[in-house]
Amino acid sequence: MEFFQPATWAEALQMKAAHPEAVPIAGGTDVMVEINLDHQRPAAIMDLNRIRELAEWERYDGMLRIGAGVTYTRLIDELGDRLPGLAMASRTVGSPQIRNRGTVGGNLGTASPAGDAHPPLLATDAIVELASTSGTRHVAIHEFFTGPKRNAMRKDELIAAFLVHPATGPQQFSKVGTRNAMVIAVCSFAVSLDPTHRSVGTGIGSAGPTPLRAPRAEHFIEDVLLDENLWNRKAEVSASALKRFGDLVARAAKPIDDVRGTAAYRRHALAVLARRCMTWAWNDYRLAA
Amino acid sequence: MRVSTTVNGTPHVADDVWEGESLLYLLRERFALFGSKNACEQGECGSCSVYLDGTLVCACLVLGGQANGREIVTIEGLDGAKVQQAFVVAGAVQCGFCTPGLVVAAHDLLNRVPNPTDAQIREALAGNICRCTGYAKIIDAVRLAAGSA
Repeated sequence: MEFFQPATWAEALQMKAAHPEAVPIAGGTDVMVEINLDHQRPAAIMDLNRIRELAEWERYDGMLRIGAGVTYTRLIDELGDRLPGLAMASRTVGSPQIRNRGTVGGNLGTASPAGDAHPPLLATDAIVELASTSGTRHVAIHEFFTGPKRNAMRKDELIAAFLVHPATGPQQFSKVGTRNAMVIAVCSFAVSLDPTHRSVGTGIGSAGPTPLRAPRAEHFIEDVLLDENLWNRKAEVSASALKRFGDLVARAAKPIDDVRGTAAYRRHALAVLARRCMTWAWNDYRLAA
Repeated sequence: MRVSTTVNGTPHVADDVWEGESLLYLLRERFALFGSKNACEQGECGSCSVYLDGTLVCACLVLGGQANGREIVTIEGLDGAKVQQAFVVAGAVQCGFCTPGLVVAAHDLLNRVPNPTDAQIREALAGNICRCTGYAKIIDAVRLAAGSA
């Protein structure tokens, strides 16, 4: 096994171009498990911990540009106020030890359908910034996941950052598992309300070959909120509309039976999660001072 | 490859390290520091909790090369007498296997939150598994170490 430890981003991109087989490692919460348990023995491995700019975030063209190496702990502490949905999801990742090392960049690189960061990123139309020696490109999050643990990255690319708009309204995230900590989601759901554009974003985790959005559910609830003038009236959404929203989210999922749960359970749980998250988020909106 | 790191304030060097080796393997098998326990090797159990440049981590998930030039503090070098004593007094040690990791994790909590609530204690120790299931006394011990029991 070869070990690369680039000191700068430019050096990392050159190494990746020369050694496309090199597996990037940041927090090690996925890669080290594979190596320790001998599930994978990469020909080469590239440590990204030394690259300072990967661990930085900044404001960028009205968005937040967050380096792929920013840990969950730092996301929660430093950006929780501006990205409440992603922070809620981050709090459900592993344990303090895992959140101190794990990164959203790693979550995106692994591209597991169960990755906790993915539903809030989908719900907020995040953008993934990929880089190589031939340049930088932005991939919309809903085009990033191409299959189970597969993504739109080329072999010579690394994840530089992700870009996301600071929240303009309430966001919620909820996840089903056997306990509060150290859980891979049985299923999860994120919702984001955007009062500025009168829009609603959704993200479904661990209930399909990739993380998914629920476009029909989004359009349905957006129409309800507009038709009944609810954004202005700040009145309750009817129970029947909330139930319909949950049902449409469940219908958008493509779950399978596996060790963590059955497809039928996942669909049922998603309908409940979606209804609850939408209720919480809407109450946050209408009861805000 | 060679890995040079500072462990508990003392420089440590290991040669002929396999590139896929974890920090936990380095600590135990090359530096003979057996306090950090090896159980799950997947970050699930917290038995190998150490400080890496002051941050609480699972040593099994740190690649040896990532520890190059870094400062490691293990249970052997921890300024943890207060927490350790509280574990003894509270009867929080049964088989003892999870104890080093729990002491390091509790130490980290009390550094960040000197007077934690029960919810904060549970959250901070959520990544440390005790298979004797002596959690009630472990939580007692952390309360005691914080001076609130």
